[in-house]
Amino acid sequence: MSRAAAALDENAGCAVPVRTERGQREVFCGLTGIIWLHRKIQDAFFLVVGSRTCAHLIQSAAGVMIFAEPRFATAIIEEKDLAGLADANDEIDAAVARLVERRPDIRLLFLVGSCPSEVIKLDLGRAAARLSGRLSPQVRVLAYSGSGIETTFTQGEDACLAALVPELPAEAPQAGPSLLVVGTMAEVVEDQFARILASLGIGPVRFLPPRRAADLPPVGPQTRILLAQPFLNDTARLLERRGATRLSAPFPLGVEGTTLWLEAAARAFGVSRERFAMAVRPYEERARAALERHRGHLAGRSLFLFPDSQLEIPIARFLSRELGMRLVEVGTPFLQRTHLAPELALLPPGTPVVEGQDVDLQLDRCRAARPDITLCGLGLANPLEAEGLTTKWSIELLFTPIHGYDQAPDLAELFARPLVRRTRLVA
Amino acid sequence: MKLTVWTYEGPPHIGAMRVATAMEGVHYVLHAPQGDTYADLLFTMIERRDKRPPVTYTTFQARDLGADTAELFQSAVRDAYERFQPQVLLVGASCTAELLQDNPAGLTAALDLPIPVVPLELPSYQRKENWGASETFYQLVRALARPGGEREAGRRPSCNLLGPTALGFRHRDDVAELRRLLDRLGIDVNVVAPFGATPADLARLGEADFNVVMYPEIAGLAARHLKRAFGQASVESMPIGVSGTREFIHEVAALAGVDPAPALEDEIARSSWYARSVDSTYLTGKRVFVFGEANRAVAIARVAAEELGFAVVGIGTYAREGAREVRDAAARHGVEALISDDYLEVEAQIVALQPELVLGTQMERHIAKRLNIPCAVISAPVHVQDFPARSSPQMGFEGANVLFDTLVHPLMMGLEEHLLSMFRDDFEFNDAAAPSHLPAHAGEPAAEAIVLPDHPGWTPDAEKELRKIPFFVRGKARRNTERFAHERGVSVITVETLYDAKAHFGR
Repeated sequence: MSRAAAALDENAGCAVPVRTERGQREVFCGLTGIIWLHRKIQDAFFLVVGSRTCAHLIQSAAGVMIFAEPRFATAIIEEKDLAGLADANDEIDAAVARLVERRPDIRLLFLVGSCPSEVIKLDLGRAAARLSGRLSPQVRVLAYSGSGIETTFTQGEDACLAALVPELPAEAPQAGPSLLVVGTMAEVVEDQFARILASLGIGPVRFLPPRRAADLPPVGPQTRILLAQPFLNDTARLLERRGATRLSAPFPLGVEGTTLWLEAAARAFGVSRERFAMAVRPYEERARAALERHRGHLAGRSLFLFPDSQLEIPIARFLSRELGMRLVEVGTPFLQRTHLAPELALLPPGTPVVEGQDVDLQLDRCRAARPDITLCGLGLANPLEAEGLTTKWSIELLFTPIHGYDQAPDLAELFARPLVRRTRLVA
Repeated sequence: MKLTVWTYEGPPHIGAMRVATAMEGVHYVLHAPQGDTYADLLFTMIERRDKRPPVTYTTFQARDLGADTAELFQSAVRDAYERFQPQVLLVGASCTAELLQDNPAGLTAALDLPIPVVPLELPSYQRKENWGASETFYQLVRALARPGGEREAGRRPSCNLLGPTALGFRHRDDVAELRRLLDRLGIDVNVVAPFGATPADLARLGEADFNVVMYPEIAGLAARHLKRAFGQASVESMPIGVSGTREFIHEVAALAGVDPAPALEDEIARSSWYARSVDSTYLTGKRVFVFGEANRAVAIARVAAEELGFAVVGIGTYAREGAREVRDAAARHGVEALISDDYLEVEAQIVALQPELVLGTQMERHIAKRLNIPCAVISAPVHVQDFPARSSPQMGFEGANVLFDTLVHPLMMGLEEHLLSMFRDDFEFNDAAAPSHLPAHAGEPAAEAIVLPDHPGWTPDAEKELRKIPFFVRGKARRNTERFAHERGVSVITVETLYDAKAHFGR
């Protein structure tokens, strides 16, 4: 048993108090997921059915990306659409027709629900089925909700992938075991994992979402799934319903998390302990050596995490266990207890975990604790800096490759850099 | 439904936030679903404000829908009042909450708070950001402004500066510039609003002799109310460019009954001299396309034509509220106005006009970059780099200096342009060489990638000949030749067609 796995057992069942808080939430809605999902699935288009606010949000979050012929847009609901639902369906059809005409390269079109479309009860699922019938086989049309009333930030990816699950082909009847890695990761990271898993003799390995709509991975009773992201509640449930087996593991963040995550696959595929240890040791050693460079800046420093992406618990686990940071409070917008159980077991006993948010109360706690570094969104970062607190803005965790061995030092550096910067600036 | 990738303006509640955030002592409780807080980061990141905007969102979720959202709204108002102790509370709904049956005004009235509450009705499915800012400012002024007494004998005349908000393009520095200018005229600034004003300041608006409407899209409505209520006259001309500033000074001086001379003498006319210096001769007749907020586009087009000697080949705005002003200006420049909030239409217009310089918003900057056309940003919406640390007004004489630099900088320097046309086959001065002071655009799609439909084909010889024309006029040459060929039913363009067209269009 590896050192990390031993640690897992030692702490198993330890009580991490989880408190739930309700109130004003300073978080993104699920529409934001489009920003990275559209980079990942290269022939998919995301059409939000919503208001000017939705278009404005995506524009603000996408920054300069909006100008490279983006594969997302908003069908903005107007006064006349609110009058009658039949009209609205015609309007959606017309918008989609215009879109498909202008972008013949699109193979997969997502109709993405928003708060306004949910509140007026536009049935985008039916619209998608109707349009799919009309546009297939050239374009497949699916629907999911990225609305703020139903989804928080990364849950938009969960909703999107969950919409894909019924579309996945059934695995061949004679198929042997296969591994499905679920959750968007940078391609460079996917390639690294593919290499390591191949060296362990684990395969075939497939990824969801795929890079192209035509490459949807098959799923069935022989499929073992490894979640690469902690926010895939619905996707995992639907995959399990199709017979797949979820492998329980911490998430592949940090050296320890990556080893335990790979180990879960190795166990499921009957890879011997020796072979596994031999294969991963060089990666572990290289990454640990690189982490040492950041330890001096991070060890002993206190950390406060505001809720944003559900990545907070794995990140807190990595920063506390591998870099010696002290956890003041770990906020998460939503806590999927089954998927996160292996993570919670690794957190230092007594770590305060808060699910949900009342932002003003949380800010009070943060100010009182004066942590050395605070992970938070862009709406809070500069105001907290102006109060003399050092911050790390959280959205970067979604846009930077952070999974796997070779990215562990990069992840540590994301937190070390603001601290280093603060010591450098004298004026 | 309208298919949209880019919006020039946000929804109207963003306009309300711009007013609330600009002020002190005002808090805005916005009935809005979880996620609408994204708007905070416009202020904390783009404008780099060091405080959270004074906005409390109810952030309701699906499980709250039903009777709960009204209670949620009331408790949000109560908490916000207790925590922030504002002097005035704004209440309203964002687009989703507008669809619910809750009534922010009634729900707040039931709480009987001991401060003025200004309810905002912002129709999100019809109106946009600037309208929201204008309406919010008007409602605040209507609720708070009180009549002033007679001006005391011997006191200097005074005015209010109306319109600057949070997230306003160069509002911060324009205010400083106008303060300086008015001070030289011997006129006091009574209140600047909403930028930096408190509710108590708004109550004092009536004490001024007149109003300066800096940004009509935001303050025009409030100024009209102040004229009706207190008889305050307002100055609406924009002090942009040297001529615009001089006219503004005369107008203000006449209204205040003061001598305009001191402010006119104060002119640091570097931009006028720079434009007259021989180095600027090459700017003559440069074809420029202007797009942005309506009043600003009009003012900048005038500067481009009269103070830099450019030829305005197109002018447009995304703000329908200002369509009339832009149409009038277009008529003066002898061009067609483009009133559209669809960036694809703006792009098509730029492609069709092939200007040598684009003056626009952040969006036109990206369009121009794609088409390899020099560009300067002159209007909101803008990104973080256009909230600069240094002082960069657009208004007043210093604003004219800033504008000169801004409009000339993206262009090729005169000598550089000359060398490029002389040595265009030289390995260092070839067509692909960008201006030496701008980053290279290596590997980017050239303007030729976008062609007009039904264009006639080119023979290889004619293509080769076209390449000998300096690239900054090549797009225009291509367009003219194709139009020439199209009109004459010529299906294949030869070298001769090229020169025929040149002779036809040449002046």
